[in-house]
Amino acid sequence: MPVNFPFSAIVGQDEMKLALLIAAIDQSVGGVLVFGDRGTGKSTTVRALAALLPPMPVVAACRFNCAPGTGCTHTAHDAASTAPVPVVDLPLGATEDRVVGALDLERALVHGEKAFEPGLLARAHRGFLYIDEVNLLEDHLVDLLLDVAASGENVVEREGLSVRHAAKFVLVGTGNPEEGELRPQLLDRFGMSVEVRTPEDLKTRIEVVRRRDDFERNPAAFIARFSEDEARLRAHIVAARERVPGIRASDHALERAAHLCAEVGTDGLRGELTLVRAARALAALEGASDIEDAHLRRVAPMALRHRLRRTPLSSPDSGARVDRAVADLFGGSGERLVI
Amino acid sequence: MSAAPDSTELKWRDACLAAAMLAVAPHAIGGVMLRARAGPVRDAWLSHLNALLAEGMPLRRMPVNAGDDRLFGGLDLAATLAQGRPVAERGLFAEVDGGILVVPSAERLDAGRTARLVRTLDYGRIEMERDGLSAKLRARFGVIALDEGVDEDESAPGALRDRLAIWLTLDGLSLRDTGIAPDWPRRVAAARTLFPQTTAGENLATLFCEAAAALGIVSIRAPILALTVARIAAALDGRTEATTTDAEIAARLVLGPRATRLPAQDTPEDLEENEPQRDDAEDLRDNDTPEQVITPEEMELVLAAAAAAIPKEILAKLASQKLNGRAPPSTGKAGATQASRMRGRPAGVRRGEPRNGNVLSLIETLRTAAPMQQIRRRLRGGPYLLPDGRHRIEIRSDDFRISRFKQKTTSTTIFVVDASGSSALHRLAEAKGAVEIILSECYVRRDHVALIAFRGTTAETLLPPTRSLTRAHRSLAALPGGGGTPLANAIESAVQLAATQKQKGISPTVVLLTDGKANIARDGKPGRKQALADARDAAAGLRALGINALLIDTSPRRNAEAEELATAMAARYMPLPHADSARLSDAVFQARRDQDERGGSRSRS
Repeated sequence: MPVNFPFSAIVGQDEMKLALLIAAIDQSVGGVLVFGDRGTGKSTTVRALAALLPPMPVVAACRFNCAPGTGCTHTAHDAASTAPVPVVDLPLGATEDRVVGALDLERALVHGEKAFEPGLLARAHRGFLYIDEVNLLEDHLVDLLLDVAASGENVVEREGLSVRHAAKFVLVGTGNPEEGELRPQLLDRFGMSVEVRTPEDLKTRIEVVRRRDDFERNPAAFIARFSEDEARLRAHIVAARERVPGIRASDHALERAAHLCAEVGTDGLRGELTLVRAARALAALEGASDIEDAHLRRVAPMALRHRLRRTPLSSPDSGARVDRAVADLFGGSGERLVI
Repeated sequence: MSAAPDSTELKWRDACLAAAMLAVAPHAIGGVMLRARAGPVRDAWLSHLNALLAEGMPLRRMPVNAGDDRLFGGLDLAATLAQGRPVAERGLFAEVDGGILVVPSAERLDAGRTARLVRTLDYGRIEMERDGLSAKLRARFGVIALDEGVDEDESAPGALRDRLAIWLTLDGLSLRDTGIAPDWPRRVAAARTLFPQTTAGENLATLFCEAAAALGIVSIRAPILALTVARIAAALDGRTEATTTDAEIAARLVLGPRATRLPAQDTPEDLEENEPQRDDAEDLRDNDTPEQVITPEEMELVLAAAAAAIPKEILAKLASQKLNGRAPPSTGKAGATQASRMRGRPAGVRRGEPRNGNVLSLIETLRTAAPMQQIRRRLRGGPYLLPDGRHRIEIRSDDFRISRFKQKTTSTTIFVVDASGSSALHRLAEAKGAVEIILSECYVRRDHVALIAFRGTTAETLLPPTRSLTRAHRSLAALPGGGGTPLANAIESAVQLAATQKQKGISPTVVLLTDGKANIARDGKPGRKQALADARDAAAGLRALGINALLIDTSPRRNAEAEELATAMAARYMPLPHADSARLSDAVFQARRDQDERGGSRSRS
């Protein structure tokens, strides 16, 4: 089993890390889309998430990741247990039957039984579904994913099987814009979007190279070195999750969010909703009791940059437009928050 | 430039060293990009490498047309049918675990296969989710990308090159130069055990990062890979700590070939002036100086080694600053490689007979048949047994399922933009505006776009067919104006491009934006009369190929020359002053519908 590079050992890329943490704190914020240059640690960061997340309670023998007490009918014994939060990779070249699930071929051929073999969507339930090179994904799979992501339910009607099961997951996609744009429909499904760049600062680059080298030489020791940081971050996530429902969104904050969305011209209400939810998760992460301007400010670019009504030819870095609107609304400079 | 690095002897020695490194730790260095024509020298290098491989280290070739079932594995149909239960087959990536995968014609690798390959390289394992099977298999291997690209625009995909530590070229070597030192196998074997405990000196990471910055290398994988290569160099030398000597080797093999500029002579502050990248690229300048753990001498040594390894053609370009106007050479060539996927992508299955070129989907057929087995056995009054007593699967023609491939009628819109002086500058701006309107339609329809511009005496393909509008936008914005109007050349370029697109099963549409005032003949000589005649000739070629075209007249008023040209190429004609956005896109897509109809009847006849 290969080991993953620890999340807390990733140098820089703060926005990407924050977006993933927000998604981990509050799944309802929606997925994360990471677009950027080659070699910026996109995949590494997403995969690192798996080890970071606190385990979740599940029905022990359920192959659909049901939570205890939700009336799971997939298994006779409903002994509760815990399991790691799934971060499921959707590999390029995956066939449709493995994504949605299909007739269990072995049992059908050998025993003549009609049984459903759950697919990746079942495995990703209550966790993350990760698509690397999301812009290269085959169109018929994209359609399928959009459908499930929208409904939170996977309906399989094939080979005489009729199965439906819950499939609520956070969609995480990474890609390189040079390899082609993403379909607008898919773009809109992602709650947050982040643009990553190769670190420019020499010190940062040196640290990246050092850590990568250390990790490759002795992964076990490297992971041990960061285990304390990982544990601390994990505790932060757990605490933040508990705090989220109690975070107040004042009229002032809601008004600010609405203003911001009107200013940059986003379509529909999804932008505002995501903005407020993401700001709430950030407030929870930082131990605040209210959504403050600083929180909105920090999450505005990632919540809005992919929702701007723009011609497809406007500069790919539409983050700048959000930044300008933020600066106009909140004043020139604000304190930069650090977690 | 010192003469030494060009000497064939050193070149071959480096090549041997690269082979040894690959044989020591294939996965750690990602692999080798070998830019060389097929021939005895390349064969000699490959057989040298082969001799260095340890027992049981696989060396496999990736078939050029390998599909997902071959790469990742899937259901072994013969075994499944014979045994009556699913049997998995290992794919190439899993088979080559621990060894080396040779990728021939890497310059022609398409985006899909590239993504599969680099993902496997990154992750060191494959996750097979296919045909009802699910498995995680180790797949840690190194890659030899055989790049036979002729000119520099033709090279292996950037995403792959970025991950391969060593970039090697064997040009200029002949079989005579390929002597091999006898002690390599022994050194490689020793290094293999030594490498895991080999460390790199504290300062090497800093050294490589600084050197990369000085050479204009943006990717952070370069210094990481250089560090690994330095460690292997030390291990090959029988040491457990990499030093400056090893750093020199790494700089030569890893950093030099990636350089996009020459190192500045002085302090890092001067670097910015030579910055070859444009506004959107990274600015590598760094204001806070890192801790001084490296001495200037070390830096100089490493930079000199790297600089000596900068390929000659890049050097020439650097000298003439030609690199300035272009995107960094690491840019992917996604556009050019998309085509092979267009033959149709799997889009589910349906019931049907495997004839008329339909492909039977065995997996789905088995699936359909599976639930019926018991009933069929019962109806038969007993199982249909194989000689050895096992059940045979009974399949009826009703069970047949055929794969559906969606042959999307992909289109490429080829813009041919007149950037000559006669299309005075403000007209050019309007033409750009028109192109952008059509581009946004193309975006919605996920079409490919290509851009040809003509001015002076030639037409140039600024953008090969791509779906990346970011790139289209960039090349359009950077398009300068002025000079003659080589209309004939421009139309001919468009015809060529359109013809190749057609061969790939993509329907091209040519959108020509010009005022029709040709004044440069086909041979590059000025003269309106000849130029016009040549342009009409070329236009007739477009017509003969049945390519769908639209001519947007950019002159201030309707103009007879342009209109005649449109007739000659059977194009729709539209004067720009009347071209608002709705009309423009209507015109383009109406023209395309005509084409689809025509194309349809043509293929039947």
